[in-house]
Amino acid sequence: MIDGADSAWLMMSTVLVLLMTLPALGFFYAGLVQAKNVLSVFIQCVAIAGMVSLLWFALGYSLAFSGRGDWLGDFGAVFLGPLTRAMVHPGSHVPESVFVMFQMTFAIITPALIIGAYVERIRFSAVLLFSALWLLIVYAPVTHWIWGGGWLAQRGVLDFAGGIVVHVTAGVSALVVAWLLGPRKGFPESIHPPHAPWMVMVGASLLWVGWFGFNAGSAIAAGADAGMTMLATHLAAATATAVWIAIEWIKYGKPSLVGAVTGTIAGLATITPASGYVGPTAAVALGLAGGVICYGAVILVKRRFGIDDSLDVLGVHGVGGATGTLLLPFLVSFGPGGLPAALNGGAGHQFAMQALGVVTVAVWSAAASYAILKLVGLTVGLRVTRDEEIQGLDYASHGETAYHVGS
Amino acid sequence: MKFIIAIVQPHRLDAVREALQDIHVDGLTVTEVRGYGRQRGHKEIYRGAEYSIAFVPKLKIEVAVPSERADEVVAAIQGAARTGKVGDGKVFVLDLLAALRVRTGETDVDAL
Repeated sequence: MIDGADSAWLMMSTVLVLLMTLPALGFFYAGLVQAKNVLSVFIQCVAIAGMVSLLWFALGYSLAFSGRGDWLGDFGAVFLGPLTRAMVHPGSHVPESVFVMFQMTFAIITPALIIGAYVERIRFSAVLLFSALWLLIVYAPVTHWIWGGGWLAQRGVLDFAGGIVVHVTAGVSALVVAWLLGPRKGFPESIHPPHAPWMVMVGASLLWVGWFGFNAGSAIAAGADAGMTMLATHLAAATATAVWIAIEWIKYGKPSLVGAVTGTIAGLATITPASGYVGPTAAVALGLAGGVICYGAVILVKRRFGIDDSLDVLGVHGVGGATGTLLLPFLVSFGPGGLPAALNGGAGHQFAMQALGVVTVAVWSAAASYAILKLVGLTVGLRVTRDEEIQGLDYASHGETAYHVGS
Repeated sequence: MKFIIAIVQPHRLDAVREALQDIHVDGLTVTEVRGYGRQRGHKEIYRGAEYSIAFVPKLKIEVAVPSERADEVVAAIQGAARTGKVGDGKVFVLDLLAALRVRTGETDVDAL
């Protein structure tokens, strides 16, 4: 039976999660690139949103949520064939149409997160082909494994809102893409700084707000679970923001805006898988852990690995999502408001399952992304020419310019 | 006539304008420019990575004055623009060959 409150909250959450891609992620990423590549980032977000929506309708949703296969859904819901107006999503009180749409916004933002790895040098056709194949080969199967009743769900892996499904898949794939694509011209010594830190802040703030839909919406009901999830989400974001400010203040003498809001996103990615299972105290602990660990991870990837994951998709999203996933079993009983009953077996057994989920999804994401990118390289090509990279993708690839001085 | 080009710290613009007004220099042109000198740019840190900013923002102030007023104007600019730190800028003085006020057609010193 359809419940009005549950449906209203899930529709509102769907709006919030779409806002996270359009325009929040666009602002967050565009502010970090050079002025000559701003529009390329925005069009990548918009194009992925449009293309993924159609793919989700045609095939993606069916592969993720139809059927009872261990590894993959089936073709039973291709083009949303069985969908009727009155259909209720199983195990909930919301219309199936709303659940399809809610999940579609997750399918949109996940490949869009990977944009951060390839900005300022990729061909637009490569973005489209990679994102389309990645959605069907990485995102849809992994969603089925964890949320669609697949083999990891059967083993009791817990991922409330996408620590593994969204952040580990995108983060690990981002690293592979950045590695295969090669660094931007001048990396690492003479890379240009973010052209508009204020824009990064606008994007991160909209992401923070949108994340309430992402996490609390994943309760698929407007009730106690959604309420506690929202509180936990907010506290983790606030804590990780404070952590990054503190680290930079101590380390460099000046806390930076870009650092502060990067901490926000690290905290949000970290709480995501645990958000529905922990209380406020545990959420603060997760914000602390995620803040510190992601800070270290960002520096590790760029400096030690020397891989130009340009906007730190692995360091912030991948590592944050994995951290929250792995710490979840130990934090459900930490402080009030948690949900210890969610654990399958003890914390130790749950941790083993969480680790299994993170590792297998990371391996699949890496291997599949590698193969997809090789295919894209052989067909449409990966990088723009050196001249086009210097000219900037805005004009070279899209024929428009973000800032017209003096007009 | 002399043409004076001063490259100064952006935050000293108001002080320079006031100093020039005080000695009745009644017109100037300002342009936002970027460059480096002994300051050699600066470093900015984003997400733990250091970025070298080779060209730092400065303002270029241009003033045309009768030759006998050039020293006074240069001194006023220096007095107002100086903070004592590296990066305070430079002042260049060039001979000015001709001037024309577009509206009236007045030329040279009358046009300044």
